[in-house]
Amino acid sequence: MREMTQWPCPLPGGGTVEEWALALRPEGAPKACLLIVPALFDEGNKLRRFTVEVMRRLAASGIACVLPDLPGLNESILPLEAQTPGDWQVAMEGAARHFAASHMLTIRGGALAAPRGVPGWYYAPVAGASQMRQMLRARILAAREAGRSETQDSLLEAGRMHGLELAGYRLGADFIAEFGGLVAREEPAVQTITQDGLGGPGLWLRPEPGEDAGQADALAAIIAVALAQRETA
Amino acid sequence: MQDDTDQLLRAILRDVLGLKPGQAEAFTAQTGLFGHLPELDSMAVAGLLTEIEDRLGIIVEDEDVDGDMLADYGSLLNFVTERRSAT
Repeated sequence: MREMTQWPCPLPGGGTVEEWALALRPEGAPKACLLIVPALFDEGNKLRRFTVEVMRRLAASGIACVLPDLPGLNESILPLEAQTPGDWQVAMEGAARHFAASHMLTIRGGALAAPRGVPGWYYAPVAGASQMRQMLRARILAAREAGRSETQDSLLEAGRMHGLELAGYRLGADFIAEFGGLVAREEPAVQTITQDGLGGPGLWLRPEPGEDAGQADALAAIIAVALAQRETA
Repeated sequence: MQDDTDQLLRAILRDVLGLKPGQAEAFTAQTGLFGHLPELDSMAVAGLLTEIEDRLGIIVEDEDVDGDMLADYGSLLNFVTERRSAT
């Protein structure tokens, strides 16, 4: 069964707000599910279709998957400017509890919002600094075309004080201050799946959202095989 | 080094622009890039530079990036080749 479902997302100041998630629950699948933490910002758009293609394949192998929105992105009603990477992690921990996630799969920068204590996989994780640098560079190039001169240092300095708009995303000062220092947390129960194992260039590299059935097959197979091995171990 | 750089750069363009097999191999020095390929907007250029840095092991300063460097395949290859020989 495929449905958009709501879940109570914990708020930093206490309380919860309803956020959306896409859930694929095959008939007869156990209640436990695979929580998928989406890629961030522009990469989230480019990889949305690929992510859901992977979920479809997993569901076809009897694995329930849930893809929640990160607060402030996609269908979320919360303002992105008020979010911090720490808020995202708390949100994904709330999602993991609500959906009884037994494992997780993070996509690219989603690794930086991974819930603590959930085993699983980071697919092609990217450091906050690297993702930030690329967004800063896009802004600098766009500004230059418009005849304005900006530098990474001056943008970051201003961003840490007042927030910053990068690639169309309005990020708050706290977000800018924290994000550049983040890398995917080392956890013994979380393995990294690199792009090399998928047989083609990462779809986040493309200028437009794309799809690649072979890569979706490969990623889904890695997860499905590993989950089956863990069940029989 | 030149041959290796040329090959790597074509592979990066193929991956970043989602080109069909053979398309990047057919690029000549005069093949126009920025302003000629609609896919190559500022976000795509930023992604292209990041991949060039990662795969060719060079640093591209923001000041280096201008319309001349990205005008055609030849100018981009020249820039990257110079940077690689300097490191």
